[in-house]
Amino acid sequence: MSENILKEIIQPENIVYQKTKMMTDKVLSYCPGCGHGTAHRIIMEVVDEMGIGEETIGIAPVGCSVLAYEFMNIDMQEAAHGRAPALATGIKRLWPDKFVFTYQGDGDLAAIGTAETIHACNRGENICIFFINNGIYGMTGGQMAPTTLPNMKSSTSPYGRDIATMGNPLKMTDIVATLPGTYFVSRHSVHTPRNVRRTKKAVRKAFENQRDKKGGVSFVEILSNCNSGWKMTPVQANEWMVENMFPFYPLGDMKIDGELVK
Amino acid sequence: MGELKLMKGNEAVAEAAIRAGADGYFGYPITPQSEVIEYLMAEKPYERTGMVVLQAESEIAAINMVYGAAGTGKKAMTSSSSPGISLKMEGISYLAGTELPCVILNVVRGGPGLGTIQPSQADYFQATKGGGHGDYRMIVLAPASVQEMSDFVKLGFELAFKYRNPLMILSDGVIGQMMEKVELFDPIPRWTDEEIKEMSPWATTGKTKKRERNILTSLDLDPSRQEKHNEKLVAKYKKISENEIRFEKINCEDIDYLFVAYGSSSRICQKAIQLAKEKGIKIGLLRPITLFPFPTKAIQDMLGNIKGILCVEMSAGQMVEDVRLAVEGKVPVEHYGRMGGIVHSPQEVLEALEQKIIGG
Ligand SMILES: Cc1ncc(C[n+]2csc(CCOP(=O)(O)OP(=O)(O)O)c2C)c(N)n1
Ligand code: SF4
Repeated sequence: MSENILKEIIQPENIVYQKTKMMTDKVLSYCPGCGHGTAHRIIMEVVDEMGIGEETIGIAPVGCSVLAYEFMNIDMQEAAHGRAPALATGIKRLWPDKFVFTYQGDGDLAAIGTAETIHACNRGENICIFFINNGIYGMTGGQMAPTTLPNMKSSTSPYGRDIATMGNPLKMTDIVATLPGTYFVSRHSVHTPRNVRRTKKAVRKAFENQRDKKGGVSFVEILSNCNSGWKMTPVQANEWMVENMFPFYPLGDMKIDGELVK
Repeated sequence: MGELKLMKGNEAVAEAAIRAGADGYFGYPITPQSEVIEYLMAEKPYERTGMVVLQAESEIAAINMVYGAAGTGKKAMTSSSSPGISLKMEGISYLAGTELPCVILNVVRGGPGLGTIQPSQADYFQATKGGGHGDYRMIVLAPASVQEMSDFVKLGFELAFKYRNPLMILSDGVIGQMMEKVELFDPIPRWTDEEIKEMSPWATTGKTKKRERNILTSLDLDPSRQEKHNEKLVAKYKKISENEIRFEKINCEDIDYLFVAYGSSSRICQKAIQLAKEKGIKIGLLRPITLFPFPTKAIQDMLGNIKGILCVEMSAGQMVEDVRLAVEGKVPVEHYGRMGGIVHSPQEVLEALEQKIIGG
């Protein structure tokens, strides 16, 4: 298409979908098909729609989303690997009226940051934790994560995760749901438009809980593919996720308004 | 004159934190400094000033709470003792890399490992040379009295914010636990939100339309930009070295020998000076108050007629290396110190002087 035709088409009256201004113009550094970008956008859309951008402080993890602060158009701080919930605690305690969230991968949240995660949840910090679970260490080149499924291959479990010697996958979301300090715990995915809409609803609920000072962590897990780490195409990766991850990590609400969902 | 009180060093720190207008304290119990958090919890500073006090699940969590809290532009603080300070090193490196101000108290006990709960000065290297990873420095203040435990909290926040840098108060089990008279400074009100936004425009206060978003990070994947950042840090440490050296000279007129000692060892040396006088030995004391920046030039300026220097530290000899660097071999420099939680006596110090310096 020539430049001129494009110019004619890209006019305000023709816009059907637009990137939220809560995302910067920086090109995402994620692999094509990766769920991180979608998860970023959903969170920032909610911040935009709730009109809380000036009051929101985000914490970036160490992992593929280490540069989340390059893409999210709000004040942000970069945590050490796994420590985001501790930073969030420090910030929220000193800024109780601002919105504070962490964005963390499964290595960050469920391995090195297990203590920080569980204790922030147990203290009932009034924060949101967004947990992107792709069952692998994406950033460092596809090593085994605490969430890696039994028999799943990774660069440090090249013959598949052997439960006898490498332990079982850890269901952190199930664990934190049992703690009195969590108020809302829910698991979602972003691989279809329908799932994106559901995830967005959960993210919105999480921020609303924080706004209404419900008391307690709002914890949203988002299952996502790591097509590079899994060594698949994006489409294959999403199919693999549905087939293998969903049975082990079922989608849906685990805790609503402080009550476990039966 | 301010309010006078008889207090433990650790309690003086806690009271000073409230009076200095600190916004948040995050800690984890460990002997010999648990009185800091105990005093704060009992004192209910959230009612007195609105200050937050939180017992974290570990020293790692505590320092990372400080890291987040410091990012808000508010006054954040933690305290611990040696094994706990080792755990804080990751966070301290991030604070330094991100250039965030905070005050960290180390009431040093003997090591390595779990060591002993008794006093020691064996964390000098860790405090002044890095401890955490990467090229960074903390400003390090060494109190020698309960009075200074209190005063250095206030001074600590001033310097930490002046240079946007983490600052350590390097104390020891003696100073932390002993009781002395202390004149408390008048309370400083906590900063208002407006003051914070004005004084710390870099802080995570929420991005308004009037400014670009604030990003607090120590990461830069572009080596040339990262090197620029390193150079900026180095320049800052140089400026600190030029402007903030503090030391005290005691009995330094017409002397043949010199003690160099900080913290509780400096007090023991003062007694040893009296004992030496009775024997006709003319010796003075240089007490570094800032350990980084180190009073290198002050030592060099004193060398003139001095025949030898004894560094007294409760360690295997750490600060002595900085004294030797200052002296550049011009006069003998020796180390003396007990370890394992044993505090040397003035008599032992005098004997070491006679054996290692005067006789040697
Ligand atoms: C203290 C520390 N240990 C290890 C690393 C190396 N490291 C960086 S990211 C990462 C794992 C990230 O995996 P995950 O949290 O699952 O995020 P993803 O990249 O998959 O999104 C590791 C081990 C580090 N940066 N810091
Ligand atoms: S490595 Fe995996 S998690 Fe990282 S950007 Fe690529 S697909 Fe996403």
